Parts: sequence; C-alpha cells; structure tokens
Amino acid sequence: MSVEVHPPGAPPVKTGRLRAWFYKRFPIEEFISDQLTGYYAPKNFNFWYYFGVLSLVVLVLQLFTGIFLTMFYKVGEATSFSSVEFIMREVDYGWLIRYLHSTGASAFFLVVYLHMFRALLYGSYKAPRELLWIIGMVVYLALMAEAFFGYVLPWGNMSYWAAQVIVNVFGTIPAIGPGLVEWIRGDYGIADATLNRFFALHVVAVPLALLLLVMLHLVALRRTGSSNPDGIEIKDHLGPDGHPIDGIPFHPYYTIKDTVGVGVFLVVFSIVVFFVPTFGGYLLEPANFEMANPLSTPPEITPSWYLTPYYAILRGIPNQRLGALLLLLAILAYFFLPWLDRSPVKSMRYKGWLSRTFLALFVIAFLGLIYAGQHGVEPIYVLIGRVCTVLYFAYFVLMPWYTRIERVKPAPDRLRFRAHA
Amino acid sequence: MADTGVVTDDEFVVDESRRKLLLTATAATGALGVAFAAAPFIASWTPSERAQALGLPTELDLAPLEAGQMTVTVWRKQPIYVVHRTADMVATLGNHQALLKDPQSSDSEQPAYAANRTRSRTPEYLVLVGTCTHLGCLPKAHFEPHDPEIGAYWPGGWLCPCHGSRFDLAGRVFEGSPASVNLRVPPYAFAGPRKLVIGVDQV
Repeated sequence: MSVEVHPPGAPPVKTGRLRAWFYKRFPIEEFISDQLTGYYAPKNFNFWYYFGVLSLVVLVLQLFTGIFLTMFYKVGEATSFSSVEFIMREVDYGWLIRYLHSTGASAFFLVVYLHMFRALLYGSYKAPRELLWIIGMVVYLALMAEAFFGYVLPWGNMSYWAAQVIVNVFGTIPAIGPGLVEWIRGDYGIADATLNRFFALHVVAVPLALLLLVMLHLVALRRTGSSNPDGIEIKDHLGPDGHPIDGIPFHPYYTIKDTVGVGVFLVVFSIVVFFVPTFGGYLLEPANFEMANPLSTPPEITPSWYLTPYYAILRGIPNQRLGALLLLLAILAYFFLPWLDRSPVKSMRYKGWLSRTFLALFVIAFLGLIYAGQHGVEPIYVLIGRVCTVLYFAYFVLMPWYTRIERVKPAPDRLRFRAHA
Repeated sequence: MADTGVVTDDEFVVDESRRKLLLTATAATGALGVAFAAAPFIASWTPSERAQALGLPTELDLAPLEAGQMTVTVWRKQPIYVVHRTADMVATLGNHQALLKDPQSSDSEQPAYAANRTRSRTPEYLVLVGTCTHLGCLPKAHFEPHDPEIGAYWPGGWLCPCHGSRFDLAGRVFEGSPASVNLRVPPYAFAGPRKLVIGVDQV
C-alpha cells in the first residue's frame, strides 16, 4: 500500500507507509530533493569531477578504519610502537585495517590534489565560488594537520623526528617561538605528553572539525552550484520548469557515474593495499619500523610524499625564518587565487597560452618539489627544490599579470557537450 | 487606573542606545568569561610538574672522555654533546671567522661564561645542546678536517643530516646553512676537575 506525500518545491511522491510515517516527523523527502534529485549539476562533467566524491569515500574509509585501529592501539611512549606491532601481527586482519588506514591517508591526498587541480584547470575558485574554495582550503589545512598527527602515533623513529622538525617550525616565530614550542610539546622535548595530545587531536578534535568543514563545503556548493569544464554558469539559462537547461539531476545521473568512478578507485586502492602497502617506502617508510629514538636522527628525514613540496621549500632557503615564512606563504597563496586571477574567462579551455604555460609549470614545480623533498640535502636536490620554489610562486605572484594581458577565446553562451551517440 | 501589566503601543518605546549598551556589556562580559574559562585548558598544555621534576640538572663523569672524543648525554629530553677538544681543535677556531654567520655568537644563545672565543668555561671542554638550531635534528660529528664530502675548507665540526646546516668545533654555524644561529650552550658547571653538571650555572 502506498501513500502520496507532497514535498514543497518538488512533485508529489508515491511512497511506502513506513516512509510516509517518517516524512510526517522528519524532512526526508525534502532532503533527498534538495541534495540529490532536485540538485541540478552541469551535464558536461568529465573525468576530473570524480575526485570530490572520491574524497568523501576516503573520508568515510578513514573514519571507519580509524575507529577500529583505536580499539587496539595503546597511546604512550612505552606502548604505542608495540601496540602497532600487535595490530600488525596478532589482531585478526589487523594488518588489513592498518594498511587500509595508511594507504587511505595517501589516497586522501592524491584525490584531494587532483580535486584541487580540477579547480585550477576550470577556474572553479572564481566568483561566485570564492567561499567554496576557501572552505575547501581550510579542509586541506585540517587534513594536513590530521595526517601529521596520525604520522606521529606509531612512535617510530621517523614519527619522532617528523614531530621534532614540524613542531620546531613554530620556534622560528619571533619572540613567542620558544615558549610556543614548549607549550605544544608539554615537555622539554618531544615526549609522552606530546604523543598523548596528538592522539587526542588525531582521533577526536580534527576529525570533528573535518566533518563540519566538509559539510560547510557542501552547503556552499549547494548555493553556488558546481562549476563545469566550460567555466560558465548554467543558472543563466533556466528552462520553463525553473531548472537550468544545461543541468541534470545529481541523482540518478551523477550518482550512477560516480559509482563507476568509485568502483575503479576501489580496484586501484585494493591493489595497493594488498600487493604494495608500503609502496617502496613512499607510503610507509623503513625508518619508521624502528622505535622512536631521541638520540638517533634517521640518515635522511623526509615527510610523507604529500607534504614534501612544502618541506622542500622550507629547507631550500638558507635562513630559517625566511624558510618558515615561505612555507606559510606557499600554503596561504591558494587562499588568494580567486582575487589573483583577473581573467574574464574561468576555464583553461578559453584562457590563453600564458595561463596554460604557468599552470603546466606549476604542476611540474609541485611534482619537482615532491621529488626533491624526498631526497637528502645533496646540492642537486637543493637546486631542484629552489628552481621549483621559484616556479611555484611565479604561478601565484604573476597571475594578476598574465591573466590580464593574455588573449582569451570567448567563452560559449551554453555548455558545449554532445552526449554519446 | 489599575496597572494591568499590559503595555500599549504608545507606551512601548525602545531605548536603542540603552539596548545597545546592554548588548555590548553582555557580549563583553561573555567574551571575558570565555577567556577566563579558556585559561585552564591552555595552561594544561604546559610541561607538567612531573616533566619539570624530570628536567632537573644531570651529572656527567668526564674522566673516561679522551682528548678528541665526544660523548652524548641527555638533559631535559635533549641530547647534550660534550667534546674534549684537543689543543689543535681549539687552535683552528680562529681561522675561519669569515665563513661564519655569527662568529662572535652575539645573536646566539649561551650563558655569559660561554660567550667567548671558545664558547665554553674552559677551552678543552665544549658543552652544546645537540639539536640543530634550524629545526631540531641531531647534527652528526665530522671531526676530521678537510672532509672530502664537505669541502676543503672544513675545519672539523658537525653536519646536520636533515637540512645540511654546518657547525664548527665551537658550535658556530657556517654561512650557507639553513640554521641562522649557533648551536645553543646549556647552563653547566664543574663540580670537580672531571665532574660536569648540566642544567645549573654554579654548584
């Protein structure tokens, strides 16, 4: 037996009695209509639009596996390292849960970087999506903090020294630096107190903040609507039903498309988890298979690959304050993108060759910094790091200039898209 | 007329300035309260009583330390480098002033009794906090002069494996290093000719 319910702003829905019971007490139909069936997204999403939903998938994966790891992990200078060994060797499928979590951390950054590249490619950060972009960047900052705290928890030697180096970056702040560092550590060196508070931040504080921020990111997205590869606003052309002519309902069209993307992602992800979980030292570093030792620095200290770009910038500068300042600016620069880009068009499809060249150089610089930061301090890697640092900042600093003087192609009035025959 | 407690329209006049003052006062009191309430939580992150107690001075017997050798001890979770410098090592200190960022240690951290040419109480014993002033790694000892891996100018000292900062045998930083100041000298004193106490200025 079915009942008809009438969500405002949506056609009447025939629904089961149980759902109708809920509908009277909870705005289920409105939610589905607002978020899925009544949310119109541009019809020309391509490959690059998979990575938003993939970051959500990885977020859920990290929360889920993280909760299970917390059931077996024992925080403490004396217990952290051995409890991770316990998880790996004695908990049934503990190795799987941990590898899912450690691979998930890298996967998170991979999909977030590709998601951000999409924004650079199609100008998704430009008006009216500045706030959406800024919230996204705060998510990225929270994610870096989350990854750093998590990295310290196994209390391997690389965990210890990563904590030492990163916490000491705050010591370069004039006047308050040394006191601030002691406050963060809660001791005169990286110690039990530090490990314990990083645990609290990693499993409670930052995940809560991340969930809230991701929700705000989606709320802002619902207001502006998604960008698209043509970089034009589909809301400029509404059909008689009040919906954008060039838009299609998110559900079922994009939920189905995303299901395929998630499937492909999970295949690749599983291959890494089951066959190459350490990824030759990139995802889990050999130096971390040794317990934290305050009296022995690993031969080469390198952070995980996803943070090496900033690390390479930091160490390439022969002045500690300037290095720390550039590190900060390298991250803050993203926040100003909406106002640095003066181009009349959003998408790289219609921008000129200068924009394309600078974006290409930026990508090369970012990859170069990842590469240089993974190596020691031999002159060649420092040099690569410095050249890439210059290219990295050139992308941002020169943007007001090159986006203004270049010749752009006119953006089309309607989306250019032909469905498969 | 009896007061019915009902306010009629012509009686109902909002005093905007009074309302604004009350709003501001309430908000300010609330903000102050939040600041006071935050203080204990912020203070909870400072080193605990236990951490402070474990940070008391530590002793080191210097008798087994031969000339030219270095030993590492721990004080306040930090490695402390103690070097028994040879006369040759001390003699090199004046030869490379031009290559140093802070040859007089005027911008660096050391007790007054170590603010001298050898950065120590006595020229033969050098005591340093063994964490790089850049970002806290442990500089590695390379005491052999003219180390081919570092350069012909090398007078002997420490090289930080993390970011390549270089220090001489008084812990002074070379130009071109990411570190900006010399290695720190902790407070220390001699309790006897071969007895070092780290963490106090006098015994």
